[in-house]
Amino acid sequence: MSELSVRHLLGIKYLNLQDIELIFKTADHFKEVLGRSIKKVPSLRDITIANIFFENSTRTRLSFELAEKRLSADVVNFSAAQSSVRKGETLIDTVNNILSMKVDMVVMRHPNPGAGIFLSRHVDAAIVNAGDGAHEHPTQALLDSYSIREKLGGVAGKKVVIVGDILHSRVALSNIFALQMQGASVRVCGPKTLIPKYVESLGVTVEPDLRKALEWCDVANMLRVQNERMDMSYFPSTREYARQFGLTKPLLDSLDKEIVVMHPGPINRGVEITSDVADSSHSIILNQVENGVAIRMAVIYLLASKIKK
Amino acid sequence: MSQKVLLSAKEIEIILHRLACQVLEHHLDFSESVLIGLQPRGTYLARRLLQLLESDYNVKNIPFGLLDITFYRDDFRRGDKTLAASTTEINFLVEGKRVVLIDDVLYTGRSIRAALTALQSFGRPGNIELLTLIDRRFSRHLPIQPDYRGRQVDAINEERVKVCWKENDGEDAVYLISN
Repeated sequence: MSELSVRHLLGIKYLNLQDIELIFKTADHFKEVLGRSIKKVPSLRDITIANIFFENSTRTRLSFELAEKRLSADVVNFSAAQSSVRKGETLIDTVNNILSMKVDMVVMRHPNPGAGIFLSRHVDAAIVNAGDGAHEHPTQALLDSYSIREKLGGVAGKKVVIVGDILHSRVALSNIFALQMQGASVRVCGPKTLIPKYVESLGVTVEPDLRKALEWCDVANMLRVQNERMDMSYFPSTREYARQFGLTKPLLDSLDKEIVVMHPGPINRGVEITSDVADSSHSIILNQVENGVAIRMAVIYLLASKIKK
Repeated sequence: MSQKVLLSAKEIEIILHRLACQVLEHHLDFSESVLIGLQPRGTYLARRLLQLLESDYNVKNIPFGLLDITFYRDDFRRGDKTLAASTTEINFLVEGKRVVLIDDVLYTGRSIRAALTALQSFGRPGNIELLTLIDRRFSRHLPIQPDYRGRQVDAINEERVKVCWKENDGEDAVYLISN
C-alpha cells in the first residue's frame, strides 16, 4: 500500500488502518529529513496551499505552515479576523475566491462541525481538516498515536485514558477513533457534565475516578479545559476541577508504575496538569509538538500526490 | 517476454573487484572519502563494494550512507502512483568530502540529478563521483556520465535492465528483458 484511500483528510473515521500505517511510515522518513541541517525537500514545488483559520490557533497553524514550507509548497495564510468574512461573505464564496487564485489544497479550521466535509463537496481542492468545532482534529490524533508508537513501540493493546473536557473536544473524538482502529483500549475520565451522553456507544468506558483511571492506563492524555466553548458552568470552580481531575506529581508518584503523560496544548498549568508533571520525564508533550510537523508533512505529501496534474 | 543474461555471477564478481580497485586507485587512503548508495537498488552494490574494500583491500572505517531520493524526484504527481519513500541513513556531514555515489543502473540520469540535489542537504561536498554497475548508452535525458562503470550496455527504450543480487533475489546476475 503506497497510497491513501481518501482524497481529503476530513476526519479519522474516514481513514482505514492501512492509511494510518502509511502516514506513520511516511512521517518516519520526514522525521529523518527534519533532523538534517537543511530541513527542506522540493517535492511540492508546484503545489499551493491555503491555510484558512476561522478560529484561533498557534501550534496547529504554525505546525501546518512549517510542514508546507519544508515540502517547498507555496503557502498563503488567511485568518477570519482580518478578512471579508467579517463583511458577511459565505464560506463557499470565500474559499472559491481563494481557489480561483489557483490553490491546490486547503487546510481549514472552523468552529462548525462538518465544515470541512461541507467544503469538500463544493470546491475542487484537497481539504485537510485542522479542527472543525467539537467534531474532529485528525492530524492531532495522528500525531498523538505516532508519539505513543514512538515512546512505547506500538499502539495496539495499549490502554489510554483521555481526561477532562470530552464534551467539547475534537481531540478526544479523533483520538478515540484513531486509538481504537489501531487496537488500543480507551477510557474517558472527567466531570459528569463534561462527558457526552452515550459516549459508551463509541466503545469507550467511563471512569469517573482519576486515580482508578491512572492505575489502569499506560498513557494519560490530559485535555485542556476549554473555557471559551463553555456557555454555562460545567463544574463549581477551577480549583475544585484541579483537585479532582488535575494531574499532580504526588498523584503520579503514588502509582506503582510509570505512565506516559500527553497534552495537546495549550496547557492551563495548575488546572488539568501541574507544571512539575508537564515538565517531567513522564511527559511527551514537546515530542508531540515535534512529531506534529512530520505527521503533517506526511499527510500533505500523500494527499498532494493524489491531486491531478 | 524474453530475457538475456548480460552479466553472470562470475563476471559481476570480477567487475566488483575492478571497480573497487579503480576507486581505491583514485582515493588511496579514503581519509576524506565517503560511499553513498542510492535507495532502494543501489544499496546492494554499495554494500558489496564496501565489504570488498574492507576485506580484500584493507581499507577500514569508510563512512557509509544510504540516500533516498523520493522527495527530490522530478516526477512527483506525474505517474498514477504515490511515490513511496525508503530510509535515508547518513549520519555524517559530507562537507568537503569526496563522495562516491553508487547506483546499479544509469539510465536517464534523472535519479542522479535528484541525488545531487538531495546530497546538498548534508553539506557542500568537495566533489562527487558516480559509480554504476550498468551504464545504458544513448538513453540519457541529462548531461550525466559515470566516473566508474561496470559495463556499458546498448539497450533500446522498450527493454529493461534487471540487476539481481544474492541478498535480495537469490542470485547475482544482470538480465536484459524485452517484451
